[in-house]
Amino acid sequence: MAVLTYREALKQALAEEIERDENVVILGEEVAQYNGAYKVTEGLWKKYGDDRLIDTPISEAGFIGMGIGAAMLGLRPVLELMFWSFAYVAYDQIVNNAGCIRYMSGGLINLPIVIRGPANAGTSVGATHSHTPENMLANMPGLKVVCPATAYDAKGLMKTAIRDNDPVMVMENTLLYGEKWEVPEEEYLIPLGLADVKREGSDITLIAHGRAVITCLKAADLLQAEHDIKAEVLDLRSIRPLDEAAILDSVRKTHRALAVEENKPFCGIGAQIASMIQEQAFDDLDAPIGRISSIDAPAIYSPPVEKKQLPDAQRVIAKVLEIC
Amino acid sequence: MSINIEMPKLSDTMTEGTLLKWRKKVGDSVEVGDIIAEVETDKATMEMEAFDEGVLSEIFVEEGQKVEVGRKLAILTEPGEKKPTKTEAKPSGKAKTTEAAPQTEAKKETPRPAPVEEKPPAPKPDEEGEEEKEEQPSGEATERAKVSPLARKIAKELGVDLSGLKGTGPGSRIVRDDVLAAAHGASKAVKARTEPVAAPKAAGGAPITVPAAEDKQMPLSGMRKTIAARLLESKTTIPHFYLQAEIDAEPLARLRKEINAEAESAGRPKITVNDFILKATAVAATRVPLANASFQGESILQHGRVQLACAVAIEEGLVTPVIRDADKKSLSEISAAIKDLATRARSKKLKPEEYQGGTITVSNLGGYGVEHFFAIINPPQSVIVSVGAIVKKPVVNATGQIVAGERMMLGLSCDHRVVDGSVGAKFLAELKKLLENPPLMLI
Repeated sequence: MAVLTYREALKQALAEEIERDENVVILGEEVAQYNGAYKVTEGLWKKYGDDRLIDTPISEAGFIGMGIGAAMLGLRPVLELMFWSFAYVAYDQIVNNAGCIRYMSGGLINLPIVIRGPANAGTSVGATHSHTPENMLANMPGLKVVCPATAYDAKGLMKTAIRDNDPVMVMENTLLYGEKWEVPEEEYLIPLGLADVKREGSDITLIAHGRAVITCLKAADLLQAEHDIKAEVLDLRSIRPLDEAAILDSVRKTHRALAVEENKPFCGIGAQIASMIQEQAFDDLDAPIGRISSIDAPAIYSPPVEKKQLPDAQRVIAKVLEIC
Repeated sequence: MSINIEMPKLSDTMTEGTLLKWRKKVGDSVEVGDIIAEVETDKATMEMEAFDEGVLSEIFVEEGQKVEVGRKLAILTEPGEKKPTKTEAKPSGKAKTTEAAPQTEAKKETPRPAPVEEKPPAPKPDEEGEEEKEEQPSGEATERAKVSPLARKIAKELGVDLSGLKGTGPGSRIVRDDVLAAAHGASKAVKARTEPVAAPKAAGGAPITVPAAEDKQMPLSGMRKTIAARLLESKTTIPHFYLQAEIDAEPLARLRKEINAEAESAGRPKITVNDFILKATAVAATRVPLANASFQGESILQHGRVQLACAVAIEEGLVTPVIRDADKKSLSEISAAIKDLATRARSKKLKPEEYQGGTITVSNLGGYGVEHFFAIINPPQSVIVSVGAIVKKPVVNATGQIVAGERMMLGLSCDHRVVDGSVGAKFLAELKKLLENPPLMLI
């Protein structure tokens, strides 16, 4: 099986979908001639040309609004955000237009757009470039949100997102772009709303998405080696739709749950999950549900301090030991 | 000075009790030692004794009402004193003024802060009273045991009493493993519980009435709850296996006839078949001591004496009163003991220590014409003997002829964690030998 970086896997997904469907186009700042700010679209402009890859002015409101209009007329635009932090200037386009149009047209207008780009902290790019808005956007009915943690998931989820008839927000991670995983040569799709058990365990379920999954896998290795605790790692992959059944199945098996995310704690994904678990599996719990998230402050600029702001394996282990 | 009278904890599994009858009414004066009320626990009716004197000034619980342990039942005030105000009447931590009538049982309870029995029997109310009242609200009653939802659910399913468990989870929370350990007999809390209930037994001798036209929802009595929990625990956690043997009951019937003929002329009570079986079980248990043992998780406790439990059907269910040191008792002593225990069991007058601590049980359904059955083990015991009716049937005798014989089936249910097949077989063979040669058990 081929070993690809997360970045290469995304590019493969985009290329395959461009070839598969003539309506797929990529729009964004420097996605074409410059090969993308993070080189996710590297080589695609050269191969597929101006009709399929379009450099836009530095105006998120402008090109996302344009993508929405194009989708309403039948195209399937993939809109790249240099950072998801810049989505806020296009909030009206994303939430009010993309999120509401199918509902407000009585189901007559589908909106098959993908908005993609990195949404992570941890690279010392400052508070205004380090946002993780998956909770905010998942809060909006009409929008779908996915957060792949591996190259395999990134490719399979991206292809599904492009083929989906609703707006799908794909949140990537710059710290994962260069990481490598096995990716099959043959085509595959990963349905939205299907979580993945990344590691089996019996003592506690670590529920995570995006890079927090990688953190949890590291923590699970150490928990097994040093504390004889078998942690199950459940990768949500998709925040909305959320695979509630997978979460409940795992918690009913391990009887303990810890939600881990790189998002901020207040109204975070972990809060949603904890509430859902206690409501539906209260009698299966042998301990209170734990949560770990980024420390509740704007992203810290100082690299050593920012490292402490994000959840790491040691924090996960300490919390697990508190619960088990 | 006013003193709260609360529902006392009269057995280690008691969580609630029914106030059957007030023996005192509002306005009555109460002396130390007076019986204030009768309380029905999950297995017996007991008298509630006063440990302070005063006037019964207020009653909060009506006759027939079921309340949890620790709930305030009434208030005692000094003669001439006014009814206490509402704030004074707040429930305090523990029942301080009453104690179970049987003292021995009360002392087995977990130690309480300043238990009444350690004080002079009747403290001078005027001197000590003030101080004591001040302390009451700050008592340890506010401590709520931490139990995980899962542990609570499993405890309910398995009938494990959480009150005695020590939590091993974070912050001493009782977690699933603690309950499972307790259910498997590894925990102290469960070991301490040696209660009634052994065999499923038809209740009462009355003929079954024609089913009523309408369904009837019957709330569980305390005893029914205990039976349900204990037998479920036994059948789901003890690996049972079963042995049976047919006994030639002729010699037994003959000897019994002779003994009873003599007893009748001497005016002594008659001996029943069951008395012989009890005696034989006690003797067999001393000869095969592993049958008289308990599984304790990490070890097996082989009991030095035979505390012989016998299932007795009563109106609400059944109890298993215990004949103490049955291995030392003669046939007539055993006969007298079980007669007394069974009579008092039927009128619910047994004290907890009279049905706790059995080491082996006999359950006899022969009187109902049941020919053979297997009873469920009464934990933490390891075997239970189930006795069928003596029936006339054709048997092949020593010379190969078919003749009419009197036969009885004995069943033995064993806990395989303690008793292996060969041990169970040896015990049953011993029982058979004794019953077929009854003079042997009288030696």
